[in-house]
Amino acid sequence: MNRTFAIAIGGAAGQGVATPGDIFARIFSRRGLHLNAYNAYQSIIRGGHTLLTIRTGPARVTNMGDRIDLLLPLNQDTADRHLKLLTDGAACIYNADTITPGAAADGVQLCPLPVSQLVDITRNKVAQNTLAMGAGLHMMGIGFSALEEVLREQFRKKGDAVIAENVGVARAGYDYAAAHFRSFPNPLPKGDERYAILSGNMALAMGGAAAGVKFYCAYPMSPSTGVLHWMAAHARKAGIMVRQVEDEIGVINMAIGAAHAGVRSMCATSGGGFALMSEGLGMSAMIETPVVVIDCQRAGPSTGVPTKTEQGDLWQMLGAAFGDYPRVIAAPLDIGDCFKLIPEMFNLVDRFQCPGLVLCDLLLSEGRLSVHPSELDFGPPIDRGELITGNNGVFPSAATNGGYKRYKFSDSGISPRAVPGVPGHIHTVATDEHMEDGVLISDEFTNPVKRRAMMEKRMRKVSGIEAAVPPPELVGPPDADVTLVGWGSTKGVIQESCEILNEQGISANQLQVRWLVPLHGEAILKILKKARHTIIVENNFSGQFARYLRSETSLVPEGHIRKYDGEPFMPHHIVEAVKEQLEGKTHLSVPMHEIMV
Amino acid sequence: MATGVQRAGQVTLADLKGKVDPDWCPGCGDFGVLAAIQKALVELQIPNHDVVAISGIGCSSNLPGFLNTYGMHTLHGRALAVATGLKLANHRLTVLVTGGDGDGFGIGGNHFIHTMRRNVDLLYIVMDNQIYGLTTGQTSPTSRVGMKTKSMPFGNIEPPVNPISLALAAGATFVARGFSGDQKQLTDLIKKGIQHKGFSFLDVFSPCVTYNLDNTYQWFRPRLKKLEDDSSFDPSNWTSAMEKSVVWGDEIPIGKFFERNDSPSLHELEPVLNEGPLVDRDPSVPRDIARSFVEELM
Repeated sequence: MNRTFAIAIGGAAGQGVATPGDIFARIFSRRGLHLNAYNAYQSIIRGGHTLLTIRTGPARVTNMGDRIDLLLPLNQDTADRHLKLLTDGAACIYNADTITPGAAADGVQLCPLPVSQLVDITRNKVAQNTLAMGAGLHMMGIGFSALEEVLREQFRKKGDAVIAENVGVARAGYDYAAAHFRSFPNPLPKGDERYAILSGNMALAMGGAAAGVKFYCAYPMSPSTGVLHWMAAHARKAGIMVRQVEDEIGVINMAIGAAHAGVRSMCATSGGGFALMSEGLGMSAMIETPVVVIDCQRAGPSTGVPTKTEQGDLWQMLGAAFGDYPRVIAAPLDIGDCFKLIPEMFNLVDRFQCPGLVLCDLLLSEGRLSVHPSELDFGPPIDRGELITGNNGVFPSAATNGGYKRYKFSDSGISPRAVPGVPGHIHTVATDEHMEDGVLISDEFTNPVKRRAMMEKRMRKVSGIEAAVPPPELVGPPDADVTLVGWGSTKGVIQESCEILNEQGISANQLQVRWLVPLHGEAILKILKKARHTIIVENNFSGQFARYLRSETSLVPEGHIRKYDGEPFMPHHIVEAVKEQLEGKTHLSVPMHEIMV
Repeated sequence: MATGVQRAGQVTLADLKGKVDPDWCPGCGDFGVLAAIQKALVELQIPNHDVVAISGIGCSSNLPGFLNTYGMHTLHGRALAVATGLKLANHRLTVLVTGGDGDGFGIGGNHFIHTMRRNVDLLYIVMDNQIYGLTTGQTSPTSRVGMKTKSMPFGNIEPPVNPISLALAAGATFVARGFSGDQKQLTDLIKKGIQHKGFSFLDVFSPCVTYNLDNTYQWFRPRLKKLEDDSSFDPSNWTSAMEKSVVWGDEIPIGKFFERNDSPSLHELEPVLNEGPLVDRDPSVPRDIARSFVEELM
């Protein structure tokens, strides 16, 4: 079992939760440790409660875990909300001048810092935070130089005086803890690797750059805006045109316009913006111009809970735009996969000339994970499919123009795609139904034979896509007591839940779905038919994936674990739910999220 | 370049004839707009593979299918957004956007305003017939007050949008009005609009002979007064253009209202395009830059 250590830092938004979070993350990653960070916050720029959890350990940390080892409340509110959740062996470092701790469980060490005696708080408003970091560092068994190094970088631009002051304050906290607080029994280990720390949104954006995206546009919408921020900040270095557009309808249409000119084009939004893009997806499918759209799901419906996570947009994706058309839908499994998936998605949509949808969620988009730099491969295979550009085109003479048929019938349903500007391939694409040469059927006469032929040409691409995408695989003991099925971002927490169950004598395995369309229903059915007890775990109310799986395979699982309170699953939610279901108490568990934020 | 590239002097009207003939009603104003576009392209000698005609949905939006250039017949109201993306991805192309008044000023109104303020280098021709034709005759954003249609059978009670004033207010750098019954002036305005660097807006009175029996060729002819015939009018003066834009009634000004040539186009403002069109770029990120992206996360 992975030995981990979790720090939670809580306070009002604007009180400086992020900075100690970043500093601890950097110290852990430089120590060669993995980490996973999740920030529970509200849609308020100043004020409102926020709790940042950073969980670190020598092996990959896949989720926020169940336990807080060290709580740093920056205000009374945080202490009131979270102190009662600490268990034996945990500690809480707080400013004794401003915070009166409530009751704590046995074995929880209360560590009051006499802040006004240790530093001049009139000079340094975040002194309590810096003191607490120093104290915490000592208790974790990390040498002071690790913090000093990061503080020097953090305040580099502010000059030597500011650096010296902050290092001094941190040192005072470190020394005070040495004299007054009990250190944790196991000092944090060290590893040899160094990891990059990134959010899912950064990973999606960087994955786009690696895939060769040359056009990115967006309208700001939480929790997808981080993709726009990375793109905008790095656009000029990476040679990417980044535009902020008037609305999401403009976004999808602009993205398709750029894609039609021949570049890889991407956009990201959340559920509400995606709803506005729906008609545009139909155009991408009909004119057969590939585009990749990312939906970073948040809790809906409507404006919903903009700062909370959910897996509630699956059916919106499945039903986006009217009519039948080929599409690809995938849900990244973790933050590293956010990077890896984008080039794969582009290769598919370029080959099959259709829209590709990426179903991410707030948990990954705004969470942070340590990823080995080798996983951030900026040289992935790039397959642009049957694309005719000014660079690769074999041009027929102008006189033969008209021989080229943009929507030429083929066994694969794929027709070579010439981009505007290429001589000898002039054609008009249309969202109206059209013939092989692009001419509208309605302009000639509405012909059922031709309509059927063109519909079948497009839909032939579906079997090609299915063959290009692998089915999901069962992980864990083959003949387990329980099989947990999840999709997308729940991979890590289900994996840890299985480990805990196996330790407790309940054998559990996992089937995690990454490719939602095509689903490979038959392969899934083959696996689940052998399962003793199948439970589908998902972050929504109605069991959207369970309903989808049933519609594709007729499979009715033994049970469901669902959560729709805005917060992600923690391992114990799943473990306890599995136990109650195996005992026959229920077939639908909706775990209560204890940490109220 | 390989074979097949047309040389100057080669583009003829026959080259620009589409695969199918227009299916507009006999007498539709849109025939005149199509003919003027073809004449303008011949006079400018732009190879037809370097032109993209982009439209939305509606009678007039069928135009790209009747013109032998690259074309995109997109979604209702969205042509300008599509055109912006296409132009930014390959700014070598000459981009024409065509559509109707419902498409541009109704469902597409938001894109209309923002494409103008961005000064995207394209010519936007609106075939303004003051009615919804393809849906068989409903009130449009430019229908006059009192006009009876199927959707407002007792007469329109909503004042119309003024496309010329709107374009001037939104920052269009070329604003003109044409009439499909005057080929010579219309062809000239299309040429000027294509040659203008930046966003060119051309509102064309293009009568609907089937559903708009108020604003007919006969109604327009005696009212139209050419701005170029007024020697006191200065189209480089935005305030005079705004004043002229609200003139409507027995006299309706027609011609070029406004042009300024000192504003850079959107594609000229973004340094990412300094190395040439995006479509020509190698998709891969240079190794040292990729390394710097990862390093900053460590």
